[in-house]
Amino acid sequence: MKTIKVSVVTPDGPVYESDVEMVSTKAQTGELGILPGHIPMVAPLQIGAVRMKIANKTEIVAVSGGFLEVRPDQVTILAQAAETSDEINLERALRAKERAEQRLRERQQEHVDFRRAELALQRAINRISVAQGK
Amino acid sequence: MASLRDIKSKITSTKKTSQITKAMEMVSAAKWNRGVMNAKAFVPYMEKIQEVVGSIAMGSSDASHPMLVSRPVKKTGYLVITSDRGLAGAYNSNVLRQVYQTIQSRHKSNDEFSIIAIGRVGRDFFANRGMNVVLEIAGIADQPAFAEIQDIASSAVGMYSDGTFDELYVYYSHYISAISQEVTEKKLLPLTDIDVPTKLTSYEFEPNAEEILDVLLPQYAESLVYGALLDSKASEHAARMTAMRNATDNAKELINSYSLKYNRARQAAITQEITEIVGGAAALE
Repeated sequence: MKTIKVSVVTPDGPVYESDVEMVSTKAQTGELGILPGHIPMVAPLQIGAVRMKIANKTEIVAVSGGFLEVRPDQVTILAQAAETSDEINLERALRAKERAEQRLRERQQEHVDFRRAELALQRAINRISVAQGK
Repeated sequence: MASLRDIKSKITSTKKTSQITKAMEMVSAAKWNRGVMNAKAFVPYMEKIQEVVGSIAMGSSDASHPMLVSRPVKKTGYLVITSDRGLAGAYNSNVLRQVYQTIQSRHKSNDEFSIIAIGRVGRDFFANRGMNVVLEIAGIADQPAFAEIQDIASSAVGMYSDGTFDELYVYYSHYISAISQEVTEKKLLPLTDIDVPTKLTSYEFEPNAEEILDVLLPQYAESLVYGALLDSKASEHAARMTAMRNATDNAKELINSYSLKYNRARQAAITQEITEIVGGAAALE
């Protein structure tokens, strides 16, 4: 089967690089599946999981925002933070989730903080679900 | 002439200082190594994002974003990256001198510019001169992760968007090699001098170019700040390493000259004693 090269790059260095059969991810406009030979495209991503299919296996990378660049033979994901499922520190993610939830419960008038807590919660939930392989 | 004991104590104290500088040199060498590696790890991200930004900004000329367009400049922002600690040779003073001279020549009053200071040395420098520091950050780790910088970078970008200033320059020490660093001025915002990639790709935009630029450009500007910071961290450790090596070398030289003095003084004392004994014996005869 034809494959497409995928690389996930963050400011702290490349996180994932491999040849895969299909990439599926969540763009801001909705779920997106990319097969080899896709037309060049750019799309911003949501906080979510990127799934890579290679020979009946699926590998997952948790991505926090950023965007996706597609070329016919290559997919590049530029994210501000990304981790493969075995890199995630589950305990830390759980703690972050609790912290964010607590902040949301005692939310005050400050709009910015609320937004930040919400994003932090999304990131934590995303990491947890990727780490647990769902 | 200094007494034997004075010279002896000078030698011991110089030795102790040289031990400290030697240790600091080795610490800096380790940090410098890591710093250079971090800067290298960042390169692929930067190249890629530059390529995409270049393709989009040049490819669709109708997509005009506030961050791409120059507006009349009422106020200029300066983002100055220095270290938190001294003992790094001319590392900080080089950057600060250039910023100070530029500001003096470009602006007539304090209202025409505002400063974002990263690093304690820079902050103190500008605060002492009563210059307008709008944002200050101290205590950044030696190996900063992007997450630590994101807040700083996005507030700097936010200040441009909300009109605190109309252009933003970044000043930092660019790392060339272990023994040479160069103060660099870069215009960060508006993003007018984007390198046009050699191979232009025409992209489909999902959903459209404007919304992508909304996400992409702040991220690009933030990563430029992060890149400058990594670069200057590598320079900082290299500069400190060189400074400490020089200090150790100087201490060695000092110890040598003190030892020579010490031995001469010792010899003089012995000669004098012998002369005294001989003189005393001669007087008795």
